[in-house]
Amino acid sequence: MAKVIFSSELQLLTGEDSVSIAATNYRDLVAELLLRYKKLSEGEILKMAVAIDGEVIPDPLLEPVPSNGEVHFLYRISGG
Amino acid sequence: MTKTHVTTTVNGEDTEFLCEPNETLLSVLRNELQLTGTKEGCSSGDCGACSVTMNGRLVCSCLVLGVEAEGAEIGTVEGVSNKENLHIIQEKFLEHAALQCGICTPGLIVSTKALLEENPDPTEEEVRYYLAGNLCRCTGYDKIIRAVMDSAEVMRGGA
Amino acid sequence: MSESQEYKYIGQRTIRPDGFDKVTGRADFGADLSLPGMIWGKILRSPHAHARIKNIDTSKAEAHPDVMAVVTHQDFPAVSAGGFAVGEGQVDFKDLSRNVLADDKVLYHGHAIAAIAAKSEAAAEAALSLIEIDFDVLMPVLDIAEAMKPDSPLLHDDLFTQGLAEQPEKASNIASRMELKKGDVDAGFAAADVVVERDFSTPTVHQGYIEPHATTVRYDEDGQSMVWCSTQGHFDVRAIISTLLSMDLSKLKVVASEIGGGFGAKTTVYLEPVALMLSKKSGRPVKMAMTRDEVFRASGPGSATRSRVKIGATKDGTITAMQAQLNYAAGAFKGSPMGPGCMTAFTPYDVENMYVEGYDVVVNKPKAAAYRAPGAPQAEFAAEMAVNELADKLGIDPIEFRLQNAAKEGTQTIYGPQLKVVGLVECLEAAKNSPQYKQALAENQGRGLAAGFWFNIGGQSSVVINMKPDGTGTIVEGSPDIGGSRASMQMMAAETLGIDTSRLTPVVADTEHIAYSATTGGSRTTFATGMAVIEAAEDVVRQLKERAAAVWNVTVEQIDWADGVATNVASGDKLSVADICETADKTGGQVSGRANINARGAGPSFAVHLCDVEVDKETGKTGVVRYTAIQDAGKAIHPSYVEGQYQGGAVQGIGWALNEEYVYSEDGVMENAGFLDYRIPLSSDLPMIETVIVEVPNSFHPFGVRGVGETGIIPPLAAVATAVSDAIGVRMGDLPCSPPKVLKAIQDAS
Repeated sequence: MAKVIFSSELQLLTGEDSVSIAATNYRDLVAELLLRYKKLSEGEILKMAVAIDGEVIPDPLLEPVPSNGEVHFLYRISGG
Repeated sequence: MTKTHVTTTVNGEDTEFLCEPNETLLSVLRNELQLTGTKEGCSSGDCGACSVTMNGRLVCSCLVLGVEAEGAEIGTVEGVSNKENLHIIQEKFLEHAALQCGICTPGLIVSTKALLEENPDPTEEEVRYYLAGNLCRCTGYDKIIRAVMDSAEVMRGGA
Repeated sequence: MSESQEYKYIGQRTIRPDGFDKVTGRADFGADLSLPGMIWGKILRSPHAHARIKNIDTSKAEAHPDVMAVVTHQDFPAVSAGGFAVGEGQVDFKDLSRNVLADDKVLYHGHAIAAIAAKSEAAAEAALSLIEIDFDVLMPVLDIAEAMKPDSPLLHDDLFTQGLAEQPEKASNIASRMELKKGDVDAGFAAADVVVERDFSTPTVHQGYIEPHATTVRYDEDGQSMVWCSTQGHFDVRAIISTLLSMDLSKLKVVASEIGGGFGAKTTVYLEPVALMLSKKSGRPVKMAMTRDEVFRASGPGSATRSRVKIGATKDGTITAMQAQLNYAAGAFKGSPMGPGCMTAFTPYDVENMYVEGYDVVVNKPKAAAYRAPGAPQAEFAAEMAVNELADKLGIDPIEFRLQNAAKEGTQTIYGPQLKVVGLVECLEAAKNSPQYKQALAENQGRGLAAGFWFNIGGQSSVVINMKPDGTGTIVEGSPDIGGSRASMQMMAAETLGIDTSRLTPVVADTEHIAYSATTGGSRTTFATGMAVIEAAEDVVRQLKERAAAVWNVTVEQIDWADGVATNVASGDKLSVADICETADKTGGQVSGRANINARGAGPSFAVHLCDVEVDKETGKTGVVRYTAIQDAGKAIHPSYVEGQYQGGAVQGIGWALNEEYVYSEDGVMENAGFLDYRIPLSSDLPMIETVIVEVPNSFHPFGVRGVGETGIIPPLAAVATAVSDAIGVRMGDLPCSPPKVLKAIQDAS
C-alpha cells in the first residue's frame, strides 16, 4: 500500500490529509483516488506537482509507485 | 518635418545620414546606420547602455541629437576592436566573466575605454564612481570592476 | 576551492562561447531585428488606476494617413478561463488576454488599452492621442490590507476566494487562501520559553533588467508567422500566443533573441500577441519595444507583501513552533507567488510544529510576474528577521542558533516530502569560518546574517548534438541563455564526449529547430538542459563506438572508449572523434545524438549571506561595507558564472532591502517610473561581493548539479535589514531600509 499525502488544497476536496492506496503505478493510483473522492477532479490533480518518495516528478503518469512508497501532492513550483 | 543631412565620422569612417531634427543619436545609430551594438535601456541618460564617445568624450547617445553629430567623431562599441583582435578590455571582460546577459556590456566597454584613456591607473573607488552611470543588473559589478582593474594593469604594460 | 581535479572541463573557467558577440556589439537582442517593410507599433495605456471603459473610438486614428493598423481587445478571439503553468505558476489565459489589452475595465495605471502601428515609431506614438476613450473612473485599491477588507472596492465582480472550506457567495479581492501545517503550533508555543511575534512588509519591486521588452513579428496568412522576441521561454510564448490568437502551433515560429536580463519577468507576454495582431491587420512586419517608463508601469513587478510571523524557542535554543500569515499582492489579476512563499518561509528549519497561511490578493497595480525565487525572498525575509530577533533574545549566536535547528537530510518539510541531501549545515559552517565573520565591526556598523532556501526545478528539455565531418559538433538546445548557460552546456558535452570545449558550438534554436523545452526559470537550465546535453552526448559516443567498430570490422564490445578516443582492444589501433566523423559517410551517414527528457530530481539549494553595513546616523543612509555570499551549488560547472549568480542575486537583494520600491500617489500612479528615482544599485554603492561555493552534490544529476540562479536573492533582504537594525539599535521590519525610514527609526528611538 502506498501512502498518499494531500496538499491543503486537495484536503478541501478529500476531507482527509492522507490515505493508503493499493496501486503499483501513478496512473492506477489517480484512478483509485478519483473513484474514492467524488469532489476530486482529474484537473485538480494535474495542477499539482507530485513527489514519490521525496523525488519531485514533473509529469509522473507512467511512474511506478513502490509498495510502501510515499506519494505527496504539492503545489506546483515553476520559478523565475 | 524635413530631414536634416548630417556628415560625420563613425568609428573612423566618413558617414552621412538623414535624420529628423528631434531624433536622438541613439536612434540614428541603431535605426539609420544599423549599428545596433549600442543599446537602449532607458532613453533618459540613467542606464549607460547607449554609451558612445563624441569627440573623445563619453556621452549617453540617447541624450544627444543626431544633428549634433555634424562634423563630430563618434565612437561606438563596434569600433573598439580592430579587425584582427579584441581590445584588451574586451578580452578581460570575457576572462573575468564580467557579463551575464550582456546587454550592458557594449556601454560598459565603451565607458571603460574612455576611463582608461583619461586615467590609466585608477583606484577601485575611481573605477566604481566612473562606471556608476552604467547600470548592470546581473553581475553585482564585482567581476566588472576586476576586469577593468586588470585591463588597466595590462594596458599600462604591467603583468 | 571548487576547481575539480577529477574532471577535465567541468570546474574550469573557460571563455563563454557567446562572449565574442557580446563584447563586440554583434549579439542581437530583442530590439535589434529589423525586417524589410517593417512598421512600428505603440500602445495606448490607461491614465487611470481603476476605471470602466465605456467606449473606445478609434476612427480618427484609423483615418490618419500614417496609421497602418489599430487594435483593441475586441480584435482578439474570446478566450475562456483556463490554466497554464509557466513562470510565476498558473497563468489564466482569460486574465492574460485582458492584461495584454484591457477588455471592459482598466485595472492599473499603464494598463494597455489599444495599439497602433504606423510608418515610424514617432508617428505611432503621435497617433495614440487620436484614440478617444470614455472612462467611468473608479476608486483604486493599492494596499493589501485595504484590498482584503470586506467593504473594499472590487477589481473583479467574478473573483471568488479559492481554498476556503465553504464556497463563498460574495466576490472578493482575495483570490485564494492556502494553508500548510505540521505538528501542533499551539503546543509548540506553550512549550516555548521565549516567543517573538512581529509584522513585516515588503514593497512592490521591479526585476530591473536593463533590456526593455521588445519584439519584431511578421504575420503570414498562408504560411508560418514569425515572432522574434526577448523571452526566457519561446516555446511557452508560442503556446500562449496560439491560445490568445486562436492559431495552430504549426503556424507560429518563435525565435528567442539574445535576452538582456529577465529574472523571471520574461516568462510571460505583453507585446508579442498585440504586435502579431497589428501585423495581421496591416499586412506588414511590426516592431514594438517598451520604453523604460512602460517597463515599470506595465510589465510584471515582484509582489508586495504584508506578513506576520511568530516563532518560539526554549532557553537552550530549540525552536518549538513557527507560524506565519503571508499576504501577497498579485496586482491586477490573481496569481502572486504566495504558494512558493508559504512553502519556503520556514524550510531552512527542522522544527516539529509549523503553521503557514497565505493569501493571494488583487490590487490596482500591474500584474506581478515571477522574480527570482518567486515569493521566497518576501517570506524568508519575515521568517529570518524573526529568527534573528529570537537568537538575540536568547543570547545565542545566530549561526549557532541556526545550526541547532537546521534542516538536513530527512527533515520533514511543511509542504510535503522529506528533504534529500542538502547543504545548509555546510553553508552555515562556511559562514562561521569566513574571514568576514571573524572581523570586528567599527563604529556605526552593524552585521546581519540570514539563510535562504529554494527548491529548483527540472522539467522538459530537448537537445540534439550534430557532429560535423571534422569532428566538431553543434549543441542545439531550446533553453534561452540568460546568464551564460551555453558555456556550461559546452563544458558538460565536452566532458562527456572527451573533446575540447572549443570544438563544440552551443546554439539556442527556435521553436522549429528543436523540440519543446520548458522556459528558462526555476534555476533549471544547467540542471535539466544539462542532463539532456549529457544524454545526447552519450548517444553520440554510443554511435561513434559503433562507427569505429564498423571501420575495424569488429563488434562494439571490442571498442574501448576513453577521452574522446576509440581503441580497438584487439589491435590497439586508435580513432579520434575527428577520425570517425571524417569517414561517417562511409559508415552509415552523419552522426547526431539526441535527448528529450522531463528531468526530475532537482536539488534544492541553500544559501547563507553575511552583511556588514555602516549607517550615517545624520542622514539615515546605509552603505554595505562587506558582504559574503555562501551557497550550495551541488557542483559548479563554470565557477565564474556560479559566483556571478551569487553576486548578482546578492546585489539585487541589497537593492530590494535598501532602496527599491514602487512609490504610488493616492490615485494609484507610480511616481518613480525611471532608473533615476527607482534606484537600483550602482557600482559606486557596493564593495566586492565575496563568495563561497559549497559543493554538496545532487545525486540525481550526473555531475551533481543543483540550480544556482535564484537562491542568492533570498538571504540579502534579512541579512541587510538585520545589519541595519544592529547598527541603529532599532528593528527594521518594513522594507526598504531607505534613508528617510532609517532616519525616522533613529529619531523615534531617541
